[in-house]
Amino acid sequence: MPQGDYIEQHYKRNGRRFDYYERLRKKEAREPHKHSTKAQKSLGIKGKMIAKKNYSEKALMKKTLKMHEESSSRRKADENVREGAVPAYLLDREETTRAKVLSNTIKQKRKEKAGKWEVPLPKVRPVAEDEMFRVIRSGKRKTKQWKRMVTKATFVGPAFTRKPPKYERFIRPSGLRFTKAHVTHPELKCTFCLEIIGVKKNPNGPMYTSLGVMTRGTIVEVNVSELGLVTPAGKVVWGKYAQVTNNPENDGCINAVLLV
Amino acid sequence: MTMDTVDAGMGKTVMCLLTDPEGTNLGSAMYIPQNAGPLQLTHLVNNFLNNEEMLPYSFYVSDEELLVPVGTYLEKNKVSVEKVLTIVYQQQAVFRIRPVNRCSQTIAGHEEAVLCVSFSPDGKQLASGSGDTTVRLWDLYTETPLFTCKGHKNWVLTVAWSPDGKHLVSGSKSGEICCWNPKKGELEGSPLTGHKKWITGISWEPVHLSSPCRRFVTSSKDGDARIWDITLKKSIICLSGHTLAVTCVKWGGDGIIYTGSQDCTIKMWETTQGKLIRELKGHGHWINSLALSTEYVLRTGAFDHTGRQYPPNEEKQKALQRYNQAKGDAPERLVSGSDDFTMFLWEPSVSKQSKKRLTGHQQLVNHVYFSPDGKWIASASFDKSVRLWNGVTGQFVTAFRGHVGPVYQVSWSADSRLLLSGSKDSTLKIWEIRTKKLKQDLPGHSDEVYAVDWSPDGEKVVSGGKDRVLKLWQG
Repeated sequence: MPQGDYIEQHYKRNGRRFDYYERLRKKEAREPHKHSTKAQKSLGIKGKMIAKKNYSEKALMKKTLKMHEESSSRRKADENVREGAVPAYLLDREETTRAKVLSNTIKQKRKEKAGKWEVPLPKVRPVAEDEMFRVIRSGKRKTKQWKRMVTKATFVGPAFTRKPPKYERFIRPSGLRFTKAHVTHPELKCTFCLEIIGVKKNPNGPMYTSLGVMTRGTIVEVNVSELGLVTPAGKVVWGKYAQVTNNPENDGCINAVLLV
Repeated sequence: MTMDTVDAGMGKTVMCLLTDPEGTNLGSAMYIPQNAGPLQLTHLVNNFLNNEEMLPYSFYVSDEELLVPVGTYLEKNKVSVEKVLTIVYQQQAVFRIRPVNRCSQTIAGHEEAVLCVSFSPDGKQLASGSGDTTVRLWDLYTETPLFTCKGHKNWVLTVAWSPDGKHLVSGSKSGEICCWNPKKGELEGSPLTGHKKWITGISWEPVHLSSPCRRFVTSSKDGDARIWDITLKKSIICLSGHTLAVTCVKWGGDGIIYTGSQDCTIKMWETTQGKLIRELKGHGHWINSLALSTEYVLRTGAFDHTGRQYPPNEEKQKALQRYNQAKGDAPERLVSGSDDFTMFLWEPSVSKQSKKRLTGHQQLVNHVYFSPDGKWIASASFDKSVRLWNGVTGQFVTAFRGHVGPVYQVSWSADSRLLLSGSKDSTLKIWEIRTKKLKQDLPGHSDEVYAVDWSPDGEKVVSGGKDRVLKLWQG
């Protein structure tokens, strides 16, 4: 390549050759023929590379041609048939996409029969007895230590009456008793404040289940009549299971996720 | 007269005056024993009217139905025996429809949700349109599919039978209308184009105005309604005027087309030239549904519960006779249900002011329907209730609660004694008008119920929905 612009300067000052433009035109006209001879005669890897390059250029050219062709003719855009057909009276309305609650109730029934449960929190940290209970000393000299007070959130039920205080071994303080839980529907992602019907299972042991202690991972049954769910048989669903997801004794409220 | 002679020693009597719903008195005030119940009063009315057959009547005292003997009613409501008691009698349908209580067949076939179902006016054929772009015809005797009609390019949103049962038209989401031959299940001609957006409703011209049936009107989201002729296969008149989508259209028995739109107005059009006659304003939000008091008679044409077929020249006369009987002396009434949670009762030929505003629903009103005899109005709303209103005065009668999801559509039985409602909670419920309670619960669908219809002969009920099956219910 020339260093400097002396070539340019020469033809700017003195003009080009008389047949320059003619020769340039003819050279350019020979270009495609030369290109095709090269492509046809090349052998081996070189030939393949040239062929590949030619092919990609051809495809690109076809695409641009088609694009140009399209815009010149005006046609009504054909709409594709979409999924989720709705009748005319629902067309202009945005309905919230709801979860397949009905098919899930069938699955739930089957699971109940099988006795297996798929829960959101399969493993929880086990709670030790000395963390769960606090020893209450009683008696005239405060030497008897057979009473225990529960330090976690509990559910007692509306018809609960305490045993006579003299014989009560487990004390459930009323400050730690809860009746309502904030239940989140996992698919709809909305939370409802629903009443607790009962404690179904506490993973730490059957004793805690019978006491009604609610720790993280406990399965409780909640009243879902507000949600308006219907079984395929036409009956209204009013109770569903939910699993506790927080530590209620630390937060002061029970957060649970609905098991659908 | 089979009435016992009035014996002063036997039982007390009360002075009564029998009047018909429009106010004309039947005879003069007379003494009626207090142990006279609805049955005895029926005998009395039949005798006075010199009816050849014993026609059934129902009696109302100050808008409350009289189900017990007169004496018991007086005691309960502490009405004075001194005053003349006005008893309004209303003729009930001669035939009685049995309530359906079982699903006789679940027919699958559609590949997408079923969006609309319709029985033919004689009750012998059934058509359904779905999201898989096909219209399917079903055989009612064997309860199996008959024909699959392909021709639409997008979801089939509405189907409508002509009142003589010879033509079937369907409208789709791409704005096309296809005419089908119901006997062969074939497309007649090519799809009619003209509308630019989806079709929201189709209504045929009544048989008593022109027989054989030729013209029908369609409404669309693009804001106009078009009158089409099925023999010419083209659009005759375009009724444009609405600024937003036209959601429903009805061809009235007096030859006026009513269109309800999302721009909160109802427009009345004249059919020879397509001129706007009147505009009914009042609603505050979209109008979802319109109903006429004579709608059922217009839909069934010359067919009635006897199931007789008439030759073409007699059809028009018979249809006119049925229409006049259903209409009575009063002008045609129109009710419109809207997104503003209220409905309006209009007498469109009389005035452009509404007759009454029917409030009470707590969510939008999706569907309104007059009973076949025009005495009741049923309204289905998204607040999970169906409300019953008096069809003449617009007075609220009762609310039927039981659904746990928005109620989408209602349908009446041909004798106006039973009301059917289909809802998003996948159940259908039948309500009895006489006792104002739930008569039958029909669960079974596995997803939302989009369309319900009761056959004009009262034998079957069909329902279709999102679960893609058609369910036929029988008594």
